Amino acid sequence: MHIPFLSIIIAIPLIAGLAILLLPKEQKQAVKLVALAASGLTFFLSVWVYFSYNITKAGYQFVEKVAWVPGFGISYYVGVDGFSVPLVLLAGVVLLCGVLVSWGIEDRPREFYAFLMFLGTSVFGVFASLDLFELFFFFELAVFPKYLMIAVWGSPKTREYGAMKLTLYLFIGSVVALVGALAMFFSSGKLTFDMLVLEQTGFPLAFQHLWFPVVFLGFAVLGGLFPFHNWAPDGHVAAPTAVSMLLAGVEMKVGAFAALRVAIMLLPEGAKYWAPWILGLATVNVVYGAAIAMVQTDIKYVIGFSSVSHMGLVMIGFASLNRDGLMGAGMQMFSHGIMTALFFSVVGMVYDRAHTREINALGGLFKKIPWAAIGFIIAGLVSMGMPGFSGFVAEFPIFMGVWRVQPWVAIIAVLGVIITAAYIFRLITRVFFGDIPPELDASVSDITIKDKVVVGLLATLMVALGLFPTLMVPMLQSGVDHIMRLLGGA
Amino acid sequence: MSFLTTHILTLILFLPVLGALVLLFLPGTQVRLIRWLAFGLSLIPFALSLAAWAQFNPTITGFQFEENIPWYPAINSFYHLGIDGISLTMLLLTTLLTPLAILASFSITDRIKAYMMLFLFLETGMLGVFLSLDLLLFFVFWEVGLVPMYFLINQWGGVNRNYASLKFILFTMAGSLGLLLAIQMLGVVAGTYDLPALMIKWTALSGSLFGLPVGTVKAIAFWAFVIAFAIKVPIWPFHTWLPDAHTEAPTGASMLLAGVLLKLGAYGFLRLVLPLYPVESQRFAGPLAAFATMGIIFGALGALGQTDFKRLVAYSSISHMGFVILGIAAAAWAAGTDTARMAMNGAVLQMINHGLSAAGMFFLVGVLYERTHTRDLRAYGGLFALVPVYGGILLFTAMGSLGLPGLGGFVSEFLVVRAAWQVFTYAVILSMIGLFFTGAYILKALKAVLHGPLNDIWVGHLSEINPREIAVIAPLMVLMLIIGFWPSWILDVINRTVSALF
Repeated sequence: MHIPFLSIIIAIPLIAGLAILLLPKEQKQAVKLVALAASGLTFFLSVWVYFSYNITKAGYQFVEKVAWVPGFGISYYVGVDGFSVPLVLLAGVVLLCGVLVSWGIEDRPREFYAFLMFLGTSVFGVFASLDLFELFFFFELAVFPKYLMIAVWGSPKTREYGAMKLTLYLFIGSVVALVGALAMFFSSGKLTFDMLVLEQTGFPLAFQHLWFPVVFLGFAVLGGLFPFHNWAPDGHVAAPTAVSMLLAGVEMKVGAFAALRVAIMLLPEGAKYWAPWILGLATVNVVYGAAIAMVQTDIKYVIGFSSVSHMGLVMIGFASLNRDGLMGAGMQMFSHGIMTALFFSVVGMVYDRAHTREINALGGLFKKIPWAAIGFIIAGLVSMGMPGFSGFVAEFPIFMGVWRVQPWVAIIAVLGVIITAAYIFRLITRVFFGDIPPELDASVSDITIKDKVVVGLLATLMVALGLFPTLMVPMLQSGVDHIMRLLGGA
Repeated sequence: MSFLTTHILTLILFLPVLGALVLLFLPGTQVRLIRWLAFGLSLIPFALSLAAWAQFNPTITGFQFEENIPWYPAINSFYHLGIDGISLTMLLLTTLLTPLAILASFSITDRIKAYMMLFLFLETGMLGVFLSLDLLLFFVFWEVGLVPMYFLINQWGGVNRNYASLKFILFTMAGSLGLLLAIQMLGVVAGTYDLPALMIKWTALSGSLFGLPVGTVKAIAFWAFVIAFAIKVPIWPFHTWLPDAHTEAPTGASMLLAGVLLKLGAYGFLRLVLPLYPVESQRFAGPLAAFATMGIIFGALGALGQTDFKRLVAYSSISHMGFVILGIAAAAWAAGTDTARMAMNGAVLQMINHGLSAAGMFFLVGVLYERTHTRDLRAYGGLFALVPVYGGILLFTAMGSLGLPGLGGFVSEFLVVRAAWQVFTYAVILSMIGLFFTGAYILKALKAVLHGPLNDIWVGHLSEINPREIAVIAPLMVLMLIIGFWPSWILDVINRTVSALF
């Protein structure tokens, strides 16, 4: 029997979200249990998909196709290849962790968890889409849950500003990308949004040169590409913990993935033409993002800017347009997603207990919350690209890839590594070691068992991948092969 | 049994990590158990290294006990281990010093479990560098070892530990950036990270790379490697992190820092720089020798100027490591000749001797500090009368560090100086000034601590060195004496490898 795994993964959060909204408001426990069951099930299924994907066969698997609006060539068409399977797993992991860390939420948990579930459907949908229209559909589905969750449950001071800024940036970006997508639809002359057909179209050179930057930049806004990264730190900081985790951990990958899937894979000649420009912008991301993170006084801003810096490496990997670079970018998307989810979850745990995120007001928390501290240290080591952790095995191939095309980018971007080390060590020593302020000594209690599960799961993934990169590399390679064929490389 | 013989290096490498994981599951309150277990666990790699030494065939050139399985095949990186004479001696030094440093750390009471776990992680990091035959794997272990050392200094260090630990890690990581870039570049150009393969492919490269002549690219990459290792050794003028790190580090960490971590840098020169860049090494041997000489002189002068006992020993390390680099520079200059082999023998032996004597000196400083809670040389005085056994041991170890004939340091410094005389005569003459000041600062320290009028405040407050502490220092003293009188047992192992390599 053919089980539509991907549709089930996409549908479960949606159904759970609707079910939660139907529950009476007072049933807080039931709401949480439904969300936990749904996210646990999607997590399990994403692990299942990851391990049952056939690497030797490669190509798109778990494919399902149903006509949706046949008149416009729109269909519900899902499938995953070696590049998107790790991202589905990432979304599964982070969604489950997001549900677990939000357990203590008191303010309208029903709506919160329902929106969180809708966000989950959106990201799964984008990663699995093989139809351009469908991809946009899922892409846009995230806008309102994101906006509302930040504006309603965000940190009181900046939530309205952060939510508005994020929404406007992303909205403009996706509108620009949509225009490009429509241009492709009409120019192809095939009246279809099927990306597997579109990628074989071979758009004229002039068309590709003209429209590539439009589509790429439109999506890259969500990927945090400089100079369109500005929404990210403000949005992350304003958002509640689980939303920060999903935003930085998964949503930024959605942007990067869409930029790759639509812009680079459908307009490969445009990508080759514009690659040096993207490399330039992404290099600014890496170094500038790290430098700005260095001078922040709010932990969450540090992490927010570090995401900007790390997403720059993903973009560098894309723009190197070769095997090593793309494979590294795929690793970096997964590794950074897990890492930043861990960062934001620990920051949330600290904030919930200390009620401040100012680095100078914190200290000595290791004694109080050792698990969270160790998790944060591991995430920090990943962040600075320490060998033995997933960040290193992801960044190294990216650098190798860019060495082949533009050595200067490697030489400049590596500065980001040392700046990252400086701010991470500063953060760790200030927040978790040294003397604990007396008022915190009395008030801070250890993290809950659910928090420990989150920290343990995320940290284990990063260490395992760092020690055994082959857990993921062959799969990514099979996905990269497909991209390389489109790019005309062997 | 066959697993043991075919995977002996893997076992040595990862047993410390396994040990650390065992400790993780013990309650932190079982202090005695944790101490003794950590010590016992660290003895297993030592026993296995001795077994490897017994099975090591010195007549074979090339690497032995090789293991080679894919680690990151997508970028052609392999888990490739193997040892030759040079790495065997370093392996023995590391696995010997780690249990001793753990034994020396029994006086630590604060968070003993975390401390011991970090120590065992550190051991794996250091061993990995000596055992790797894959450039990427080398880099992995090179960097990984920094983290436990950072936390050892940052958590169990002295007053300025935050400053010292951050300086330590940022200096080393900044140095590693160039190394990282150069390694990436080598991997991209040669398509492999396997060291034996790189030694052939990379050195044979000609034409142009990235629009530059290969010679220029190689020269740049050469300096990227050299600076990374120079910071670690440390070679003047990259040495400023060392005195701070040592002063703040707890005793056990200082022992490993001076005894093993500094050797990682010198080992980088031997394992990577000379084989991968024979032409550039020869071309830039002059400047390298000049830096080494400056290190010898300024290290000794710096030591002479200190009033803090531990800082004095730290500066002396800079001076002594200068001889290692002088030997390496001389060998690079005179590559292929008997002079080069002699210089190289001297350099490797000096690494071992300095590892023994510096670990011993830092330990003895620590013993005194634990009892007096000061390291100010002016606060001691006439302690020989109070602690004669300690005094005798300090005198012996200090003489080993000074290079007194009959003890290890003399043999190796003599070999280096004797060989370097033929190629860098002036550098050798200048370095003798350094040796003169070495005598001066060692005697100054001994006088301040042991001789002169007895400082009365210590009467009745200073206890004699205890049996556990003697157990730490005794193996070091015995080895210094054996190497001093009969160096050939260890030089034989080194010499065969060196003759084959250079």
